[in-house]
Amino acid sequence: MSDATAAPVSTARRPLAGRLKAALVLFAIFALMPPLAAVLNDPFYVLIGTRILAYAIAAMALDLILGYGAMVSFGHAAYLGFGAYAVAILSRHGVNDLILQILFAAGISAAFAFVTGAISLRTKGVYFIMITLAFGQMAFFFFISLSAYGGDDGVALAQRSTVLGMDLLKSDFGQYYVTLALLVGLFLLCHRIVGSRFGRVLTGIRENPTRMEAIGFSPFRYQLTAFIISGCITSVAGVVLANQAQFVSPAFMSWHRSGELIVMVVLGGVGTLAGPIAGAVAALMLEEWLGALSKHWKLFFGVFLVLMVLFSPRGITGLLEQLGLARKRQ
Amino acid sequence: MTSLTVRNLTKSFGALKVTDDVSLEFVPGEIHAIIGPNGAGKTTLISQLSGQLRSDSGTVLVGERDVTRLPMSDRVKLGLARSFQITSVLPGFTALENVALAVQARNGSSFRFFRTVSDEAALNDAALVALREAGLDHRADITARSLSHGEHRRLELAIALATEPTILLLDEPLAGVGGEDAEAFVANLQKLKGRFTIVLIEHDMDAVFALADRVSVLVYGRIIATGTPEAVRSDPEVRAAYLGDEAGEVV
Ligand SMILES: Nc1ncnc2c1ncn2[C@@H]1O[C@H](COP(=O)(O)OP(=O)(O)OP(=O)(O)O)[C@@H](O)[C@H]1O
Ligand SMILES: [Mg+2]
Repeated sequence: MSDATAAPVSTARRPLAGRLKAALVLFAIFALMPPLAAVLNDPFYVLIGTRILAYAIAAMALDLILGYGAMVSFGHAAYLGFGAYAVAILSRHGVNDLILQILFAAGISAAFAFVTGAISLRTKGVYFIMITLAFGQMAFFFFISLSAYGGDDGVALAQRSTVLGMDLLKSDFGQYYVTLALLVGLFLLCHRIVGSRFGRVLTGIRENPTRMEAIGFSPFRYQLTAFIISGCITSVAGVVLANQAQFVSPAFMSWHRSGELIVMVVLGGVGTLAGPIAGAVAALMLEEWLGALSKHWKLFFGVFLVLMVLFSPRGITGLLEQLGLARKRQ
Repeated sequence: MTSLTVRNLTKSFGALKVTDDVSLEFVPGEIHAIIGPNGAGKTTLISQLSGQLRSDSGTVLVGERDVTRLPMSDRVKLGLARSFQITSVLPGFTALENVALAVQARNGSSFRFFRTVSDEAALNDAALVALREAGLDHRADITARSLSHGEHRRLELAIALATEPTILLLDEPLAGVGGEDAEAFVANLQKLKGRFTIVLIEHDMDAVFALADRVSVLVYGRIIATGTPEAVRSDPEVRAAYLGDEAGEVV
């Protein structure tokens, strides 16, 4: 053991580089998708693609706390709802700018995450899951009772958002690429966060909270901050989804959606950022594909998930590693 | 002047009194060993001093400052660092990252979200110094979960050193380390002597008598004797209660 050579000190950055590479490959594929759909003469894929990219944003944001912070939030669909309703509420008042809508969504999300996170983080494990679920349901029922915006039925949107006065989202293509730009930007943000001082503290708390306290970190404030950041980023996905569907309803924030987000993260590989993006793609494509094959598609999806967990507990990322296509973590 | 003062500290788990009216004063720069049989309450006492466990009553002072109500994370910032009897590190981090995080805790804000932390030379350099003092710098890049038991014990020490402590609470740093490794480790600790107030819990009597300036004996949560190693070794009550045959051999 003692004969190890004194290697020059460079901390383990390889997982970082791997994450970046995997994401860049995914983004390249995403960028090529619309022209391909045009060639195949199936523009519908561009609309579905936008939806997939939106969920990719949400899954990645959830991974920030689930994968890096070991906080399994079962109420994250609430933030999709805040994003979607931010669009509905602002556009009713004549504000159609995407950036303002995102800021508004993030503001509401930050406030909600601050209050519910501060309470939820008093608990751990399964209690944390249950209490975040309960808060998510509270948000769900709040919007169901919001009759000014259609209550249960939701409300249709008159137009898509604009960006600084430009109609960038008017065409499905434009909307797709704006969403892709958001995904890439937010991925880079998450990537930086994870590799930063803050990210290291967050990961450390996941690994061993007692040790972190013993060196002087009190976990709560870091976990809460991550929880808020994650909620804000997830709400951006909601803004996109409202535009994509041109319709907003409480269904965006049902607990099924929260569960689906967790499935995407786990399917892609927790704590990898790029994995959950791929997980969102896989889950939604399977949904489309199996849904077309049979109305019992959820059953098949369930079987698929069980097989995945049995054969590749670390999700798609783990599968790629086994195939030698991705670098194994130590 | 004392660097750490303990007054009438108590702690019970249910009906079991694990810390029973413990009062001790630790002098700056001394190595003060606390010995006692298994289950005497040594780890519990360390946990009370470090703030991991709340005391039922009594006071803990760091210098003049009453820290009895402060949580562990705040006490570290006042210079009170501990190591764990059962290794408690960040298994997925490299040795260097484990230590660098302890350096980070004392150097600037951790609410920094953009700069790549592994590029921060100041953190890595300080971490490497602590690793060297613990004799583990040659393993800096190894993931903690891949380190051997002996190396884990050294990593515990390096992490504690990196918090820039004035008082080190070491809970059986040599637990499970034997032979040459133990001797080398004792030599490491010897080098630290004088720079910190060290509260050393240890079962290895050779190590205790080699290192300690004073020894306190804890039995069933009570301090039954405090003094120089020689005085404690020849104390009849201590021999009856604890050292027994082992001391007989030494004497
Ligand atoms: N959290 C707890 N709850 C209940 N009892 C506890 C707890 N922690 C410790 N004890 C009990 O308190 C007593 C003292 O334990 P402690 O770990 O402090 O002893 P120790 O002197 O460190 O022993 P060792 O030499 O084996 O490390 C033991 O009887 C133990 O079973
Ligand atoms: Mg113990």
